Amino acid sequence: MAQGRRIRIMVAKPGLDGHDRGARIIARAYRDAGFEVVYTGLHQTPEEIVEAAIQEDVDMIGLSSLAGAHKYLFIRTVELLREKGAEDIVVCGGGIIPEEDIPMLKEAGVKEIFTPGTPLGVIVEWVEQNVKPR
Amino acid sequence: MSQVFDRKVFEEIEKGRKKWEKELEKIFASAPERLERFSTVSDREIERIYTPADVADLDFERDIGFPGQFPFTRGVQPSMYRGRLWTMRMFAGLGTAKDTNKRFHLLVKEGQTGLSTAFDMPTLMGYDSDSPRSRGECGKCGVAIDTLKDMEDLFDGLPIDRITTSMTINPPASVLWAMYIAMAEKRGIPRKVLGGTIQNDMLKEFIAQKTFMCPPEPSVRIITDTVEFGTKEVPKWNTISISGYHIREAGSTAVQELAFTLADGIAYAEAAVERGLDVDDFAPRFSFFFNSHLDFFEEIAKFRAARRMWAKIMKDRFKAKNPRSWWLRFHTQTAGCSLTAQQPYNNVVRTALEALAAVLGGAQSLHTNSLDEVLALPTEEAATIALRTQQIIAEESGVANTIDPLGGSYFVEALTNQMEEEAWEIINKIDEMGGMLSAIEKNYPQQEIADAAYHYQKRIDEKQRTVVGVNKYVTDEETPVEILEIDEELERLQIEKTNRVKSERDNKKVQECLERLTEACVEDRNVMEPLIDAVKNYATLQETCDVYRKVFGEYRDPGIY
Repeated sequence: MAQGRRIRIMVAKPGLDGHDRGARIIARAYRDAGFEVVYTGLHQTPEEIVEAAIQEDVDMIGLSSLAGAHKYLFIRTVELLREKGAEDIVVCGGGIIPEEDIPMLKEAGVKEIFTPGTPLGVIVEWVEQNVKPR
Repeated sequence: MSQVFDRKVFEEIEKGRKKWEKELEKIFASAPERLERFSTVSDREIERIYTPADVADLDFERDIGFPGQFPFTRGVQPSMYRGRLWTMRMFAGLGTAKDTNKRFHLLVKEGQTGLSTAFDMPTLMGYDSDSPRSRGECGKCGVAIDTLKDMEDLFDGLPIDRITTSMTINPPASVLWAMYIAMAEKRGIPRKVLGGTIQNDMLKEFIAQKTFMCPPEPSVRIITDTVEFGTKEVPKWNTISISGYHIREAGSTAVQELAFTLADGIAYAEAAVERGLDVDDFAPRFSFFFNSHLDFFEEIAKFRAARRMWAKIMKDRFKAKNPRSWWLRFHTQTAGCSLTAQQPYNNVVRTALEALAAVLGGAQSLHTNSLDEVLALPTEEAATIALRTQQIIAEESGVANTIDPLGGSYFVEALTNQMEEEAWEIINKIDEMGGMLSAIEKNYPQQEIADAAYHYQKRIDEKQRTVVGVNKYVTDEETPVEILEIDEELERLQIEKTNRVKSERDNKKVQECLERLTEACVEDRNVMEPLIDAVKNYATLQETCDVYRKVFGEYRDPGIY
């Protein structure tokens, strides 16, 4: 494990979707696992998320979407990070994401997608292995 | 008074119980009980057995009675399903108004008896399809409605003078309802005959579903406008569907769902009374919407307790005299959150059990989820299986032959009493906080739900609660399921359509209408007539909602977790 500062994660809800049960549970699980957590609250545009992530100096953004707009919203978030030179912020996503969409999202730069039923422990372990303080 | 059990029998029962428990101890000494603790989905502990001693004070007239009679534990209508079955009302909405219209025609042809509309996220939030906030969301989880033109296409060829329509819409409920009324009037159908429901329940949005626009107080004011207007102008319309469904989906327990929903109902009734309306004029048009989750008996007890509690609230607290005001009529949807992406065909079975609980609980209408809803919007085939599930329950299983078949079950009656008691405690707490509006400001229900949701997830992760195919009986094989894709072209086409409407309308007239709407908002006059005028002149959804946002301000998520 890296010494010094703890992993900082932004849990974000892009778009107009109000299903925040998953996002809030994940935020709590991250906090309980010892990460620092920033939760954006609902109804954020990708622009707002990226700006806040840079300002908060997070190591990872976890995007949650359950209303079908993930293709545009996730990919736009990754693009904006790249534009701002912040592509070292790891982006992962979760929610109702059809299996077929996952390769395309990963190709665009989303590092991992967690679909319904993934145990919290599995997600936390993934973060520990794949995200380092920047 | 009609005490169900004679006190004398309890001694005998107690003796019998002791004897039986002795037997049990012997058995469990060699092979212990299957679980350390037996509990419901809501983690309520359940006893080994229930006897008359668990419902010792049960009074037939006071607590159970007959259907159609106070306190309505057994059902609101005297005849219940012996007269008419529940309304099979499948929620549908996808893509454009024309796409959804096609699905509606299919469902009506397959025997569905009421329509139910799902809107896309921009519509639910009061944005037009061309708003930057709508990017990527148009038509995705429901139908996109920008103007009256879309509403006309949505109900084209459907007999809206005979069939009732439910619209799941909240912050812009007044606008969509105005569009529906305008559409009907343009077809020559007077508003007096229109039957249906707008969800129009903002309190549960702040608590759970999180589709919000204006702050809580003006939101309740707009709702009260619709209640007032409906009472006078559209008497067959249910102006609010007070919803526990989303509270439960957000992770609450069954009792929290029950208590928060009824507390919301109290808040709306108080607002309407404050407006000067007579409770017996508006209360009969209040309807409810509950979740039916997997824990069979807990759900049935919840529905029975809800009816009994609302009857008491209306009669004792609001002094309603019309028995119709005492009725808690409710729609049910099976629990979306109980479905699993893994082994999705299992969802048909889950939904069937949940639907059965809703029927045994005396629901007035029911939506059964499709097996693929955890993956995407339902395909036609999946939606048809879900509808068939209801038809099998209704016409093959025999459960609708008698009214409230579980009435008198020691277990169900004890559970009904217990849930009622616990829900009153929560309602009293909310009263002490100064009502639901201040409880929401204090984040009380939001925090309670977040805690319950986390507890539930932990239990699944720690395998204290089984989810078949997820934490037990897992297979590596993927089950291919056909998924409904929404065409990405749709967004562009919808924007084009709205632009066309805007270029063909009388813009000066629209501006005048919006000014009149602004005045009504500012001067505290009922918004409905100005709204109907505005949408008849093809003002867009967002143009009218922008008036609300400008006058009342916008609400932001406090981001509790």
